[in-house]
Amino acid sequence: MATFKEFRNNVKPNWCPGCGDFSVQAAIQRAAANVGLTPENLAVISGIGCSGRISGYINSYGLHGIHGRALPIAQGVKMANKDLTVIASGGDGDGFAIGMGHTIHAMRRNIDLTYIVMDNQIYGLTKGQTSPRSAAGFKTKSTPQGSIEQTLSPMQLAVTTGATFVAQSFSTDLKDLTAIIEAGLNHKGFSLINVFSPCVTYNKVNTYDWFKENLTKLADIEGYDPSSREGAINTLMQHDDLVTGIIYQNKERPSYQQLVNGYSEEPLAHADLKMDEAAFNELLKEFM
Amino acid sequence: MLEQLSWKVGGQQGEGIESTGEIFSTALNRLGYYLYGYRHFSSRIKGGHTNNKIRVGITKVSAIADDLDILVAFDQETIDVNYQELHQDGIIMADTKFKPVKPANTKAAFYAVPFTEIATELGTSLMKNMVAVGATCAIINLDVSVFLDVVEEIFGRKGEKVVQKNMEAIQQGYNYMKEKMDGQSSVLELPAADGNKRMFMIGNDAIALGALAAGVRLMPAYPITPASEIMEYLIKKLPKVGGTVIQTEDEIAAATMAIGANYGGIRSFTASAGPGLSLMMEAIGLSGMTETPLVVIDTQRGGPSTGLPTKQEQSDLMAMVYGTHGEIPKVVIAPGTAEEGFYDTIEAFNIAEEYQVPVIILSDLQLSLGKHTVDKLDYNKIDIRRGKLVTEGLPEVENKAYFKRYEVTEDGVSPRVIPGVENGIHHVTGVEHDETGKPSESPANRKAQMDKRMRKLNNLHTTFPNPIEKNVKHEEADLLLIGFNSTGGAIEEAMVRLEADGVKVNHARVRLIHPFPTDEMLPLIESAKHVAVVENNATGQLASIIKMNVGYPQKIKSVLKYDGNPFQPHHIVDSSKELI
Repeated sequence: MATFKEFRNNVKPNWCPGCGDFSVQAAIQRAAANVGLTPENLAVISGIGCSGRISGYINSYGLHGIHGRALPIAQGVKMANKDLTVIASGGDGDGFAIGMGHTIHAMRRNIDLTYIVMDNQIYGLTKGQTSPRSAAGFKTKSTPQGSIEQTLSPMQLAVTTGATFVAQSFSTDLKDLTAIIEAGLNHKGFSLINVFSPCVTYNKVNTYDWFKENLTKLADIEGYDPSSREGAINTLMQHDDLVTGIIYQNKERPSYQQLVNGYSEEPLAHADLKMDEAAFNELLKEFM
Repeated sequence: MLEQLSWKVGGQQGEGIESTGEIFSTALNRLGYYLYGYRHFSSRIKGGHTNNKIRVGITKVSAIADDLDILVAFDQETIDVNYQELHQDGIIMADTKFKPVKPANTKAAFYAVPFTEIATELGTSLMKNMVAVGATCAIINLDVSVFLDVVEEIFGRKGEKVVQKNMEAIQQGYNYMKEKMDGQSSVLELPAADGNKRMFMIGNDAIALGALAAGVRLMPAYPITPASEIMEYLIKKLPKVGGTVIQTEDEIAAATMAIGANYGGIRSFTASAGPGLSLMMEAIGLSGMTETPLVVIDTQRGGPSTGLPTKQEQSDLMAMVYGTHGEIPKVVIAPGTAEEGFYDTIEAFNIAEEYQVPVIILSDLQLSLGKHTVDKLDYNKIDIRRGKLVTEGLPEVENKAYFKRYEVTEDGVSPRVIPGVENGIHHVTGVEHDETGKPSESPANRKAQMDKRMRKLNNLHTTFPNPIEKNVKHEEADLLLIGFNSTGGAIEEAMVRLEADGVKVNHARVRLIHPFPTDEMLPLIESAKHVAVVENNATGQLASIIKMNVGYPQKIKSVLKYDGNPFQPHHIVDSSKELI
């Protein structure tokens, strides 16, 4: 069994001191160890932005792709080798702005992987522009008069789109965050985990203190049932989405790979590629 | 008797024009005739003029004919749009239902045939197409019994009665036309073919089959004309080898998912046309920068923007060679026939893995959708080469040192280890990186990695099979004709006619567009008095590429066609005569 230290590498992250992403990195490393992974059987696929650098900060296979496309890349990796554990990761701009199309379809498709979004409600790496997660009225370089667009609710969207695992957490809450990532890794299907990960440099509104004041733990809501879609939506609406914990989980729906016709039992990456001659000749005959 | 015959059926889209052509040509193919078909259609489901022109020969035919022997018309528009192609011995057969009018200025024979009426009497007007097939048989003197197999295949699952009715429709069409011809034998009779069984397939079938033979296991793709047949074929076949097609949300997802799958260790590709390729350009850059193999098929159609989605064009050339931002090593291959589509697709996967680069296979609508007779594809030529792929046996690493995935090597290609392999952990990123994949902005590293990537393809033109397909009969030619993709057949026929007029012509069909095989092209251009590059675009893109690589900007002229229709031999003959 690997310990969480084995998922640490020798690279020093280029995040600002105090950035929420450090805790997300630590939680991924702990969760990976806790669910019994080994570094070579984990692939972390990330997008572009500050948080997108995470694939280089974990001792595992990692691919840092292009902006907004972590999910299709990650789905390709998982389809190629079902024995790998695949984590896709990136920021709120990556997953909910440029990559939103992929996020919705990955939820519908339900390929078995865990998507961790580090949500800081701002564009950090490009030095402070608005994000789809920024609140209405939020002033940034690109919205000097305050944002006039509606804030996106990825959690409500996920529940209504048919995602089978929808959770939210807060980066400082390392124990809860680790447990949620573990649950996501153990979930058979697509899991979306949105993590409030404050940007200490560009977001002076949604700070650590602000989240501490405003977040409600679902564990503290008596009788909360994560298997109810209706309950999940109502709770999200009542709390303006500011809840942490597993919001919704559907354990019944099979993953994409369980449903796909003829999908190999063995990882495809181990297949012998050469077709045999008789099979080839049969294919030719169909055109005669 | 004829050596070959050109037959066209036309009508409104959605009334079975395609299946008429399909049944006619499938039966002839089984008799051993060589066929070459081209479908004229519109970007709509029903309505609009459509036609299917099929050339039949007792030897190989590989271009659309200039003229037409038989025109089968289900509406007046078919006659009005197409009659000028008919030569003087040609025949028009038109359905009496629309009260056809014979064009004033044609010498072709004109028959109004009650296609719909005969079919309706037999039970359903849908069978009018079968009546037309039967009537055609009367003209070309073909026994209608050859259609039984084909009709059984198509209608067998609807029951024996439906098969019988359709055969009866063919027979009655035959009888009607025989009677009309009043015992005269037709000048359009075809000699018997050799009876050999050959494949009959569209270029997209050949490409899809090539991908399957190359060991593809995942095809993420988004539907588009004229590429969708590739995914449709593999949707049926991939589950048999444990793989699948995923219909993605867009072409960006298709290309990036294929990259993820290749990184994961399998062979994966996608196929699209111009609009899809435009969306994929950033992903193609990622493949180049991360040295992750990727194969993408571009079935060119009329551009720009939505352009002419169902029409022939070859205008993506520059976009495919230079489309992505920054500089990456990339390969662009242009097969010219369905056979080449098969073998080149296999080779594309080998090159993508051996050199760890994106490979674009350029096709065009005429090649992708035209249905052609194909000689046997050779199993023994299926070769799978995976280059420096590492799947096991790496030495123990100390202190979590990363594997040197981007090791600077003499040939520029580094060992590629896939996720899951012990002691192979490294990082992959589209950011400039060092030998282990860690981001690096050091100028020395930048130069070392850039040089390493760019030198990978230095020698590809010497190992690529037949980068230029040559038909060179003259040491010194009056004219060198150059083309790529589907124009080769029309150029070959134009050559024969020009030679008959005393012009010495050589033909060079470019198969490796990028990196350009300069050394092979140079002597051909130097030894020709005139050079004409034949291409279906408005700006002479291949001519520009040749000028950039080979020189001779004054000597190289263009023969261009960008009206949506393919070249016919006479276009090339006429333009060539003007040039020389």
